[in-house]
Amino acid sequence: MAGETSADHTPIDAQELFKEAGATALVVFALCFSLVGFKTEDVPGGLDIITRFDDVLVATALAFIGRAALVLLRQGYPLPVLATALPVTILLIVLHFSDAVFSTDTAAVLKRFLPFGAPVIDWLVTILAAVFAIRAAIARQRAGSTMTTEEREKAMDRIGARVQRAARILGPLILGFAIILPFLPMADRRILDIAILVVTYIMLGWGLNIVVGLAGLLDLGYVAFYAVGAYSYALLAQHYDLGFWVCLPFAGLMAATAGIILGFPVLRLRGDYLAIVTLGFGEMIRIILLNWYEFTKGPDGLSGIPRPTFFGLPFTRSPPEGVETFHSFFNLAYSPTDRIIFLYYVILVMALATNLFTLRIRKLPVGRAWEALREDEIACRSLGINPRNTKLTAFSIGAMFGGFGGSFFATRQGFISPESFTFIESAVILAIVVLGGMGSQIGVVFAAILLIGLPEIFRELHQYRMLAFGAAMVLIMVWRPQGLLAHREPTLHLPERPPDAPRVAGAAK
Amino acid sequence: MLSISGVHTFYGKIEALRGVDLEVGEGEIVTLIGANGAGKSTLLMTVCGNPRAARGRIVFDGTPITGLPTHEIIRMGLSQAPEGRRIFPHMTVLENLQMGATISDPQYLDDDLERVYGLFPILKERQDQRGGTLSGGEQQMLAIARALMSRPRLLLLDEPSLGLAPILVKQIFAVIKEINEREKVTVFLVEQNAFHALRLAHRGYVMANGRILMTGSGAELLANEEIRAAYLEGGKQKQ
Ligand SMILES: Nc1ncnc2c1ncn2[C@@H]1O[C@H](COP(=O)(O)OP(=O)(O)O)[C@@H](O)[C@H]1O
Ligand SMILES: [Mg+2]
Repeated sequence: MAGETSADHTPIDAQELFKEAGATALVVFALCFSLVGFKTEDVPGGLDIITRFDDVLVATALAFIGRAALVLLRQGYPLPVLATALPVTILLIVLHFSDAVFSTDTAAVLKRFLPFGAPVIDWLVTILAAVFAIRAAIARQRAGSTMTTEEREKAMDRIGARVQRAARILGPLILGFAIILPFLPMADRRILDIAILVVTYIMLGWGLNIVVGLAGLLDLGYVAFYAVGAYSYALLAQHYDLGFWVCLPFAGLMAATAGIILGFPVLRLRGDYLAIVTLGFGEMIRIILLNWYEFTKGPDGLSGIPRPTFFGLPFTRSPPEGVETFHSFFNLAYSPTDRIIFLYYVILVMALATNLFTLRIRKLPVGRAWEALREDEIACRSLGINPRNTKLTAFSIGAMFGGFGGSFFATRQGFISPESFTFIESAVILAIVVLGGMGSQIGVVFAAILLIGLPEIFRELHQYRMLAFGAAMVLIMVWRPQGLLAHREPTLHLPERPPDAPRVAGAAK
Repeated sequence: MLSISGVHTFYGKIEALRGVDLEVGEGEIVTLIGANGAGKSTLLMTVCGNPRAARGRIVFDGTPITGLPTHEIIRMGLSQAPEGRRIFPHMTVLENLQMGATISDPQYLDDDLERVYGLFPILKERQDQRGGTLSGGEQQMLAIARALMSRPRLLLLDEPSLGLAPILVKQIFAVIKEINEREKVTVFLVEQNAFHALRLAHRGYVMANGRILMTGSGAELLANEEIRAAYLEGGKQKQ
C-alpha cells in the first residue's frame, strides 16, 4: 500500500487529494445532516427536536481528514500521516483516561475536547487514528527498509514456524500447568471459573478450527451447534432423567446431525455466501429456541439441568437418604470447590480429546482432503475427491464438538436460555480461530487466553472488549489475513531410504 | 479407449465446443493442438465432467461417462493434470503426491512413490518442500506425478510445457514418452507447443473455434503446410 510512486519523484497530487477528500466529506455531510443533525427527544408534553450541528461538522471534518490520509498513503507519503495520526492517537487516549490522571474537574474540562462526547464513538475515532498511525508506520518502514510484502510474509511465517516448533515444548508445559492449576495456591473459585471459561472456548475454537482452519469453510453460525448440544442435553436429561455422561454422545450426535442437515443444501456455496447463510442458520436456531415454547420454554429457558457426577457420585452436601456422594465416598470434608475442580477437569479432558482428534485426523486421508479442499477445490475434484461429502464431514464433525461444548455449558450453568446463544458467541469463537491463525492448534490456546481470559481477569476492560475485538480483526485482516501464527506443519515425513535402494521405475500395475 | 462424439459445451450462452469428434486408442499418445481460446482446455474439462457436455457422447473404456460427476469419472481410471498445474501450494511435495493417491489402494503407495520419483528424481529431493515454493518446472513435474499416483490408464495433460524453458520442455516430453512406453499409460496431450507435441504424438488433432479442423498422424500434420504456417512459426528451430 506504500504506492507505486516513490516519494522522491512525484510531488503530492493536491488536486486528487482535495477532490477525493472533499467528495467523501460531502457524502458524510449529506448523510449526517439529517441523521445526526436532528434528534427527537422526549420532553414533558411531547416530542422536541434538538439539533446537533456541531457533531455533523466534526464528523465531516474527520471524514475529510481520514480520506486525505488514505490518499496520502496511497501516493506514498506516510510521513505526514504518521506525524498527524500518532500525536492525535496519543492525545485522544490521554483524554479518555484523563480521570485517572487529573483531578475530576480538570478531567471534566479535558473530556469536553473529545470529538463527540459519546464514549463508544470516541473510542472508535481513537482506534481509527491508531490504525492510520500503524499503517503509516508500516508503509514508512517498508519504504525505508525495502522489506517487501512477500518478505514480511516470509518473516511472519518463520515466526509462525518457530512458534509451532516451540509449541512442541510449550504445549506440554501449558498442559502441565493446566493439570496442576486447581492445586496451585492462587486457584480460588474465581480463577477456576475463568479457567473453565477459557478452556471451554479453547475447545470450541479447536472444534471450529476443523471447519474454518482445516476445511476452509467460513462458518459464522457455529453457535447453532453449541445451542443444539446444550438443549439436547438439557431436554434429554429432563424428559428421560438421564445423566450427563449418557447424554453427552447423544448431544454430539444431535449437533452433528444438525450440521449435516444444515450443511447439505448450503455447502456448495463458497466463501462469503456460505458465511452469510451460516450466519442466518445461527440466528434461525436461536429464534426457533425462542419461539417453540412448549418444547424449549422459550425465553424462560430451561433450569434445573443436572450436574455431572463422578462415576455416579454427585457433588452435593446433603444428599437424599442412602445416596453416596463424592465427599462421603472418599471420606473427605465437603467442599464446594470440589465440584468446580471436577468441572474444570471434565472440560479439560473434552478439550484435549478435541485436540487429539484433530491432530490425528489431519494425518488421515479425510483430514488431508479437507486441507486440500481449502487450497484448491478444482484440483481436488480432478483427483477423485467428492467435495460435497468431504465438506459435509468437516462441517458435521466440527458441529459435533460444538455440541459437546454446548452440553458442558448446560451442565455447568444448570440453566440455559436462547440468550446464551447469540451471534456474538459465534463471532468470539471465530475471532479466536482467526486470531490464533487458522489451522494452528496452539494459536487457538493463546487467542482464547487473550480474548477470554484477560478481559475476565481485568474486568475494567470488559466494556471495550467488543471494540477491541473489532479493531484486532481489522488489523489482522489488513496485516496478515491468514492469522497471526498460521503456519502449516507437514503431516508426514518419509523415513529416509538408503540412497542406493533399488528404484522400481516401471512398476507393474 | 476414449471416444468423443458430437460434443457441444456451453459457458452460459457462449458455445465453446461446437460438435467435437475425437478418438484416443489404447496405448496411444494423442495430441490436441490449437491457438489460445480454441477450446482445448474446455474439451479436456468436459471429458472430466465439469463443465458438462450439453450434447454428444463421451465413452471411456466402453462406459458412457457423459454427465457423471468429476470424482466418479476419475475413479474409472482416468487422471488429469489440469491447466495451470493446480498443485496444493501449502502442502509438501510428498503430501501432494499422497493426495494424488486418494482413490488408489494405500498398499501401493510406497511403490507408486518410488515409481514417480524414478520418473522425476528431483521430486524426491524436494519431497519435504512446500509445493508453492517449487520452481515452475518442478511444479509441472509434480502435477504430472500427482496425476500418475492414482494409477490411471488414461492420462490427460493440459499444456504441460506452458511457461517452461526449452530444456525443461524437452525433459517433460521425454518423461511423457517414458510414461507411455514403459508404463503403458495412454496419453491425451493438449498443447500449444505444436512442434514438440506433434513429434511426440502418434496422432494429432487440430482445433479452432471449438471445432476439429484436421486430424492425422503426428508426422503428417508436421509436414502439412497450413499447419506449419499457422502453428509452427515459433517452433521452426531445429530439434
Ligand atoms: N470458465 C469459463 N467461463 C466462460 N468462458 C470460458 C471459460 N473458460 C473458457 N471460456 C471460453 O471458452 C473458449 C475456449 O477456452 P479454452 O478451452 O480455455 O481454450 P484453450 O484451452 O484452447 O486456450 C474461450 O473463448 C474462453 O474465453
Ligand atoms: Mg487452455
